[in-house]
Amino acid sequence: MAGVQVSNVSRSFGAHKALDHVSIDFPDGGFYALLGPSGSGKTTLLRQIAGFDFPDSGRIAIGGESVERVPVEKRRIGMVFQNYALFPNMSVADNVAFGLSVRGEAKATIATEVQRALDLVQLGKLGGRRPHQLSGGQRQRVALARAIVTKPRVLLLDEPLGALDKALRVDMQIELKRIQREIGITTIFVTHDQEEALTMSDRIGILRDGRLVQEGPPEEIYDRPQSEFAATFLGDANIFRGDATGHGIRLPDGMTIAAGSGPSLAAGTKASCAVRPERIQISTGNAKLDMGNANMLEGQVSKRIFAGNNSTYFVDRDGQTVKVIVQNTGAERLAEGQPVVLSWSPESTVLIAA
Amino acid sequence: MAEQLATGSRRGLRPALPLLLPAYLWLTVAIFLPLSAMVFFSFMTDLPLAGKEWSFTLGNYAAFFSQSLYLTLLLASLRLGLEVTLWCVVIGYPAAYVLAKVLKGRSREAIFLLVILPFWSNGLVRIFSWAMVLREGGILDITLNAVLPFKINIDLMYSYPAVIIGLVHSYVPYMVLTCYLTLQAIDDSLIEAGRSLGASRLQMLKRVIIPLSMPGLIAGAALIFVPVVGSFMEPRILGGRTGTFYGTVIEDQFVAVFNWPLGAALSFILLAVVLVILALAAPVLRRAG
Repeated sequence: MAGVQVSNVSRSFGAHKALDHVSIDFPDGGFYALLGPSGSGKTTLLRQIAGFDFPDSGRIAIGGESVERVPVEKRRIGMVFQNYALFPNMSVADNVAFGLSVRGEAKATIATEVQRALDLVQLGKLGGRRPHQLSGGQRQRVALARAIVTKPRVLLLDEPLGALDKALRVDMQIELKRIQREIGITTIFVTHDQEEALTMSDRIGILRDGRLVQEGPPEEIYDRPQSEFAATFLGDANIFRGDATGHGIRLPDGMTIAAGSGPSLAAGTKASCAVRPERIQISTGNAKLDMGNANMLEGQVSKRIFAGNNSTYFVDRDGQTVKVIVQNTGAERLAEGQPVVLSWSPESTVLIAA
Repeated sequence: MAEQLATGSRRGLRPALPLLLPAYLWLTVAIFLPLSAMVFFSFMTDLPLAGKEWSFTLGNYAAFFSQSLYLTLLLASLRLGLEVTLWCVVIGYPAAYVLAKVLKGRSREAIFLLVILPFWSNGLVRIFSWAMVLREGGILDITLNAVLPFKINIDLMYSYPAVIIGLVHSYVPYMVLTCYLTLQAIDDSLIEAGRSLGASRLQMLKRVIIPLSMPGLIAGAALIFVPVVGSFMEPRILGGRTGTFYGTVIEDQFVAVFNWPLGAALSFILLAVVLVILALAAPVLRRAG
């Protein structure tokens, strides 16, 4: 087991900067999600850590040892590919045994280790099957067993759940997390699915255009995004744009929004505020307002989407549509076209430099 | 897999009939009928031409067994087929690997064209151009003497190696093409997965790449072995006196001696032997693939 340090890593393909001075510290034994849209460089970064490709500059260390020029077969990593990449000419057991047998381990050791790995992924009885006889979820487990049986220092997962359907994906998320906890291996997980990143990882790094946008625990990034991109890519956010007033902004129509967190910005500079839809209270004008909700805007319901446990309201104000999610508490529902007051606390508001 | 194919063909046969029929009609007319005629000939004492007397006989087949020359030549031809096939694997497989896995884009297209080029030239021209290269004082000798400081005289013409060279040249594209197709179908992530598990390139080749490209190797080998065993053009032109093989003897029966019945019988014995070899090899090869 070992942590991974990526320091100032850059990699270009022709004129395209796939990675631009990226530095991330992946803690030992942690579950780290690299999140970003396609083309953000997350897979390129994973391939640098794996050793399939070498960075143009920068340093990569696994367990404190510099590896940026070490080829993949000498890095002692485990990798799970998006399409699983199981060897179709071998049985499940032979697939899992592959890493041990190319190392020349004794047959008896291999057999025990393979059985243990298959038991861990709950496929103990399917060792004799061929990959094409397995379901997508089972192949996923075999790929995982094959990657961890060699006791690698780091486990790398390249969108491993991307090919599974929704229900199976949720099962596998839980399963993957359980296995990772059980063996305590440093895990780096590439995904474009923000929900997956939020539910599974201890830390998230958001990448965009080859740069690290923000990184930290999921709660921190969700509650205190440092950019509009981070706010909207991880979860849903309403973005209000205006001029900074110190600890908040003034909107073009003169209304002010106070922010409880974020950098202090010089008055007059362009800035924005991000508010999560579930933090906003929506009410008709005559209802009593929560005293803590210092931020208040008036608008008109333009659309309501009922989703059972909650409803999403789209409220129009001054050329902007604000999204509000309201839990279904049995309270009166608002009709489309109704004038409403939106209110929320400064603590739910994050100031973001433009 | 087999089940899928079966249901697929059952569902698809009726509407597919108009598409299949022309090809099978042509095959029937162009192959089955002449072959049937040959089977018929092979049991005759003489050609039924010009009103000659003829009757049915097994003598043509008996001739094969009564004269050890035919068996010797058949064994020589089988050995020739085996050697040419092996050389085609040795030369063609690495080329196919580079084409499928190393080269990309335009350079791949260019190299591919060079592989297919021999198909576009006349076979006879190709063989005679080899004769120009291999004969004493030919292009090979001139080139070697221009490069090497000492006088050298490689007279390869009219020798067994010349036959091998000519045949390998003619048939190596088949091996390249069939192996290219199976190698290209191997997902690059399989190779990456193997490397991430610590396998060396040689281990990957032995345990993943060769087994997965076995169908291409087998198809290529069958495409090469069968015609080479019966080949007569290359042995005759490049082999000269040493170029007497089973195929040239059959050719002689048809074009020189005009003993069509014996030629036909020898052909069917060859066909039978080749089929037996393929049948014996099939289970071994299927397991390997």
